Amino acid sequence: MIDAQTSTSIAVIDYGVNNVGSVVNMLRRLEVEPSIVRDARALEEASAIILPGIGAFDTGMTNLERTGLFDAIRQRVAQGAPILGICLGMQLLTRGSEEGTRGGLALIPAVTRRFVFENGMRRFKIPHMGWNETECIDRDLFAGFDRDSARFYYVHSFHVVCDDAKDVAARATYGISFTAAVRAGHIFGTQFHPEKSHRFVMRVLANFVRLARHA
Amino acid sequence: MLRTRVIPVLLLRRHGVVKTVRFRNPEYVGDPINIVRIFNDKEVDELVLTEITATRAGSAPDFELLEQIASEAFMPLCYGGGVRSASDARRILRLGMEKIAVNSAALERPGLIRELADELGSQCVVASVDVRRTWTRQYEVFSHAGRDVPERDPVRWVERLVSLGAGEILLNAVDRDGTMKGYDLDLLGRFRGRFDVPLIACGGAASFDDMKRAIASGASALGVGARFIYEGPYRAVLVSYLSPRELDEIHMAGRAMEVS
Repeated sequence: MIDAQTSTSIAVIDYGVNNVGSVVNMLRRLEVEPSIVRDARALEEASAIILPGIGAFDTGMTNLERTGLFDAIRQRVAQGAPILGICLGMQLLTRGSEEGTRGGLALIPAVTRRFVFENGMRRFKIPHMGWNETECIDRDLFAGFDRDSARFYYVHSFHVVCDDAKDVAARATYGISFTAAVRAGHIFGTQFHPEKSHRFVMRVLANFVRLARHA
Repeated sequence: MLRTRVIPVLLLRRHGVVKTVRFRNPEYVGDPINIVRIFNDKEVDELVLTEITATRAGSAPDFELLEQIASEAFMPLCYGGGVRSASDARRILRLGMEKIAVNSAALERPGLIRELADELGSQCVVASVDVRRTWTRQYEVFSHAGRDVPERDPVRWVERLVSLGAGEILLNAVDRDGTMKGYDLDLLGRFRGRFDVPLIACGGAASFDDMKRAIASGASALGVGARFIYEGPYRAVLVSYLSPRELDEIHMAGRAMEVS
């Protein structure tokens, strides 16, 4: 699926509470051997970064700051390294979240908000959990996908709101229309779990790896 | 729109997958890795794995086996059995599982739910609740370990679990387990519309129509055990799942339930 000859070092950030295992397993299936990075120094070698994440916003930020990864990630991304935030990892790319009090990485102009439904919508349960049809907008991250036929796995209680609609890379609907993926230049995020979405999976991760190699 | 999940529920015992009837008489049905691979091919929505010896023996989860399973699975995974601390849970998530189910440990120490939710987020904390009928036909929270339960009434116990931070409820009707006699719709009805977190109905899944009835009775997702493991009157082991067409129908039935 991917040209294994080209050497791109993909760092998967392990900051304590995330599901690094799933992402690493999937990258290996794509014949990419990622490095698992737990501290700032190890990130210097990385040509692309994957920031997976499940869990609470403040716990994630606290761990990134404590390990020095907060500054290191910002620096590598400023130097041009592509990044893909997954689920909480995407929310951490924003300025901050209604889930917590800490500031985020602020790599994309956006904030993370709680799902709020209007009256008469009480049947929408939180977390938004399961497989949802997703409108794929960004033609790089979603190369090979029909715009309207993708289905991805989501588990989240908060969602990202971009300042500028042009950064919205995919949308889905759960009571309200929300941002399913973001892209601002070489900064990407998916609210869904591309590593746990069956055949829909690999293509998103493969697209990111390909983009990272041509960055 | 969100699709209603249909979730095979597998019981692990040592290194094998077993199936029980009313939580008793575990019968070996196969190797977990093989079964996970079959469910990969069938593109199942999610898998729930419960280790049934870990709780009783008081032992820790078999992390090595869980890692093997996680590395084979293309679908979201929920694991339960022997998880007693946030550090156990964190370790399992790092292996590549998405959710942790807690049952007995929450009966012993309800605060565990809050610890897990605070540290890992509610979305990965599944409170598993076993319910059976007493001889007076009352529903009651059931403890495998035979201990006193902090709250006998299933609805009140779930209220407490949700207030502690559980992000999802796995409701097991013990009397229906492995029977393929249909979901306990009466039990489901008691939970209908009461909670904002998803409720996975489990125990008794029989026919496709039965699954649709469970959704109409308020289930937000369907846990299925024996029905996806056995085939025919002699209960021959044959791993199966719904067809894409049946899944679409389930999803349509669920969709109707979304907006009140």
